[in-house]
Amino acid sequence: MLKILKYSFYDLMRSRWSYVYFLFYLLLGVVLLFLNNDLSKAVITLMNVIIILVPLIGTIFGIMYHYDSREFTELLLAQPIKRSSIFLGQYFGVATSLSMSLIIGLGLPFVFYGLFNSNAIWDFSLLLITGAFLTFIFTALAFMIGLLNENKIKGFGYAILLWLFMAVIYDGIFLMSILYFSDYPLDNFSLIAILTNPIDLSRVLILLKLDISALLGYTGAVFQRFFGTNFGLILSFKMLVLWVLIPTVLIWRISKKKDF
Amino acid sequence: MIEINDLHKKFGKNEVLKGINLSINEGGIFSILGPNGSGKTTLIKCMLGMVIPDSGNITIRDEVIKNNYKYRNKIDYLPQIARFPGNLKVKEIIAMIKDLRASKTEKEIELIELFKLEPFLNKRLDNLSGGTKQKVNLVLTFMFDSPLIILDEPTSGLDPISHLRLKNLIFSEKEKGKTILVTSHILSFVEDIADKIVFLLEGEIYFNGTISQLKTKTEQPDLEHAIASILSASYA
Repeated sequence: MLKILKYSFYDLMRSRWSYVYFLFYLLLGVVLLFLNNDLSKAVITLMNVIIILVPLIGTIFGIMYHYDSREFTELLLAQPIKRSSIFLGQYFGVATSLSMSLIIGLGLPFVFYGLFNSNAIWDFSLLLITGAFLTFIFTALAFMIGLLNENKIKGFGYAILLWLFMAVIYDGIFLMSILYFSDYPLDNFSLIAILTNPIDLSRVLILLKLDISALLGYTGAVFQRFFGTNFGLILSFKMLVLWVLIPTVLIWRISKKKDF
Repeated sequence: MIEINDLHKKFGKNEVLKGINLSINEGGIFSILGPNGSGKTTLIKCMLGMVIPDSGNITIRDEVIKNNYKYRNKIDYLPQIARFPGNLKVKEIIAMIKDLRASKTEKEIELIELFKLEPFLNKRLDNLSGGTKQKVNLVLTFMFDSPLIILDEPTSGLDPISHLRLKNLIFSEKEKGKTILVTSHILSFVEDIADKIVFLLEGEIYFNGTISQLKTKTEQPDLEHAIASILSASYA
């Protein structure tokens, strides 16, 4: 698997898109720092961008890479290599290179701005960690959708739809149901609803870390009580890990049964 | 060498293989023939584990191939259409496949020489013509000295000289006692090289034997007419 990972990773490192993605984050970091002139504020703005954009890029890159590397995959399938190694290797190659673009692209401007002497360093690290998690989660989901759909257009459509659902529609349904059932106690419901969507989970994690949960009112207090504790934090990270593991296992299982 | 028992495969409603039983002994050149859509490529892909059969089993060199991948170390496969990751150079793809198979073979040097590929070694695969890609494909296939060689339409896109070189290459591999499976629509090529023929028709084995046996069975003077008579009989 490591060999496949290596080749997929090199392949992406040579492609223009990794640089575009890297430069985009570099530029974003520089511009935000220049405009805000303050590390903590820049982190907040950055969060809003990352939460939406990172899953989208992960989804699109994952699905594109999957369909683009069909030839490579077919070549590999005839070699004495385990099927699961081929697909998992490709997946980790894509997800790792995307995470690296994100971490280095955003990291450089912040480091030069004096991140290490600032108390925003933990907030910023959390931001990058959740960003990396989101990359791994959505790339895995995209790979899974790619494996399930021979048809490129369909696969692309489903992948984008999934992103749209997680990033936008889910919140809509969540808000509607909270309004509709406002006569009932909703603490546990909202906690569970947030835990089951990686995008919401990341957002809440970062917001609470930034200590602006007061803005969230009563809900903020409930969340602070839960996510603010070590138990909540560990559970949130466990959920994120689970969100990576489940699609990865599914990639492994689907790839075992597929015909080429 | 290869044992196939009651192999079935469906793609959706399309039943491609309807109970194939085939046994191929070690050594010699076997040609799998059949009209378009008769299941030749599916059969080959089943042997390689790229297509997973619905039922039946395949044993290659005493290894059951289900849930196994190591047996492919002993197979060289030439896919029907040469499709490579486009942004790699010829040199790089050869090195990559060698690395993936953990092989230290040096045979590619003489193959590159044979197919006159030196001027293309530093070119990207995207910029090669179809025939040149097929030559790269041939190098990748023949550079490992495996006892079983599977060639799916090896002649496609080749010029007459390369065609001749390929034929000689196949003969020299046969001399080493290897088993070679070939599918091709070019019957003169098949007639020249094949020791035995397996004829697939609508997912079943219609004929399995030597070319002369086929001629006697169909009462035709040559392979081309023999095949034509099978086909016209089945479509009539």
